[in-house]
Amino acid sequence: MADKKQYLFDKPRNVKIVLYSLYISCAILILLDFVVHRHVSHPWEQLLGFYSIYGFIGCVSIVFGSKLLRILVKRDEDYYERDALSEEEEGQHVDD
Amino acid sequence: MWMTEIPAFVPFFVGALAAFFTRGHLRSFLMLAIITLSGLQLWLLPQEGVQVHLQFMEYELVPYRVDALSRVFGYVFHIAAFISVLFALHIRDTTQHVSGLLYAGSAVGAVFAGDLLTLFVFWELLAVTSVFLIWARRTEQAYKAGMRYLIIQVLSGVILLAGVLVHVSRTGSLSFDFIGIGSLDGWLILIAFGIKAAFPLLHTWLTDAYPEATATGTVFLSAFTTKTAIYMLARAYPGTEILIYIGATMACFPIFYAVIQNDLRRVLSYSLINQLGFMVCGIGIGTALAVNGAVSHAFVHIIYKSLLFMSMGAVLHMTGRIHATDLGGLYKTMPKTAVLCIIGAASISAFPLFSGFVAKSMIMAAALSEGHNGIWLILLLASAGVLKHAGIQIPYFAFFAHDSGIRTTEPPKNMLLAMSIAAFFCLAIGIYPKMLYDLLPFKAEFNPYDMSHVLAQTQLLFFAILAFVWLNLRGLYPPEVRAVNVDAEWIYRKFLKKLARNGFGWLWQTDRDIRENFMGRLNMLLAYLDKNHSPGGRVARTRPTGSMVMWVAALLAAYLWLLLSFPHQP
Repeated sequence: MADKKQYLFDKPRNVKIVLYSLYISCAILILLDFVVHRHVSHPWEQLLGFYSIYGFIGCVSIVFGSKLLRILVKRDEDYYERDALSEEEEGQHVDD
Repeated sequence: MWMTEIPAFVPFFVGALAAFFTRGHLRSFLMLAIITLSGLQLWLLPQEGVQVHLQFMEYELVPYRVDALSRVFGYVFHIAAFISVLFALHIRDTTQHVSGLLYAGSAVGAVFAGDLLTLFVFWELLAVTSVFLIWARRTEQAYKAGMRYLIIQVLSGVILLAGVLVHVSRTGSLSFDFIGIGSLDGWLILIAFGIKAAFPLLHTWLTDAYPEATATGTVFLSAFTTKTAIYMLARAYPGTEILIYIGATMACFPIFYAVIQNDLRRVLSYSLINQLGFMVCGIGIGTALAVNGAVSHAFVHIIYKSLLFMSMGAVLHMTGRIHATDLGGLYKTMPKTAVLCIIGAASISAFPLFSGFVAKSMIMAAALSEGHNGIWLILLLASAGVLKHAGIQIPYFAFFAHDSGIRTTEPPKNMLLAMSIAAFFCLAIGIYPKMLYDLLPFKAEFNPYDMSHVLAQTQLLFFAILAFVWLNLRGLYPPEVRAVNVDAEWIYRKFLKKLARNGFGWLWQTDRDIRENFMGRLNMLLAYLDKNHSPGGRVARTRPTGSMVMWVAALLAAYLWLLLSFPHQP
């Protein structure tokens, strides 16, 4: 296979274009809040940029929440299988 | 007309029989043709629906009931069956073809069941026929996961049967309509439905077994069992308040699990539960708009979820790998699959113009208009979470991220075609939602495409993407690691097993171990916090007095923000 081939995102420039277009869209979306008058049914919706801030903070807290969860629930990949093994050879400690 | 009297599951079972006796192209043709004809027959049924009655001892059975609610599910099950069969055409495995059709037929039979006895029969058939799609992976892990799956599914059937018996003795009728939780039978049947609908703590069969099924089998599995249960809840428990809270829990907790999963199909399984949460919540709210929202969400969800499972199935089929740690950079050699996957991802994230948006916003709107503000905020968080784990994580880790060096080709044509059909529906429903809204069972006006809705959703999603980019660039995103994350299945895969073998002596030992382990982990947590808070830590850095000025400025800015947000209030 032609592995030397340059693909779309091998060029840092293209990655930059994607990132900057994201930043610009975010900026435009925030600015739209000042222009567009939206009808709301919850008082918080009236806060300028409520959805933007909620989306950002929500996402960051989910990721940090998951990091904490991982500390509690992470086990080795063979956690369930290893158990079956050790029970078959009860009491014997076999190390390979 | 006699044609209308044939229950819709019959063609599927005939198709399965035909698939058993034929091979090659003839089998492919027969399977697809039979599903198409069956769908066409359902489409041509009279507007007011059909009911077939049978006398069984002193009870009246209704083995086939088509009305507005069951009809929508019937349609989408036909679409899902067609797509899944098409996706699986290239494999030379009679077991999978036959059990796939039987399974789809059982789901169709269950949603058109008009009495509890018929329902019970199809409920158990769903379990028995689908397990072969897991076993067909033919690994030991799949065999064991399938066994656990089967036991839990059959258990759900047994509980359903108990509920039905109590129900019949109480009411003297087998008819299947609104049940509610006012009685013992109501609770038993709710639990039976809840197992298949993956209620919290009853959900482990799903995340355990779906990732172990074959590349094509999971596509079948993702469509039918859980959505049959959603239909049952919408039929028998609309407006049951407890469902709102169950649904909100389901929408939330899987997000955290999904983010740390390594197996991408397990990520999708957790995300499936999150999506079911929205539906259960809508059913719990119970207004016409909310139940319509739940039904349309089920409709579009079946299609985009199978699209996502298909794209991951294609990756698994072509590379033999499915863990995020092994994948990456596949867009280079599977660009079509990547684009189709992104369409599915955009749909599940509910971007405007994609199908998720036109369905989910109904449930959100209903939650707000019924005054469930807290639930609304939770669902909003869950929406950001969907984008995070399904919308970004799936395409990003499979097709982009770091280049894994895997160079492969696009999957077989039938796989691409199946994915393209699903992607077409995702876009078509998103762009022209009336197509879907016309099928909905209740009368409720809703227009998703007004400025407020679209802007709000776009802002939420774009800033969630921004958060992902920021976390990723700062290196704060949790790295993918090879690991198992224990969930409620620990209770029966570890705890009960040991308890049964070693008795109570072990119990005390384990109690001590757990507490030690927990303390250890708590200490790790404390160490983590300590690292940040102790002298020199990130949080404990001493800051010059001048920074106070900055905080005052920030305070004033916040004040200005509130003032600008609420200009007209005294």
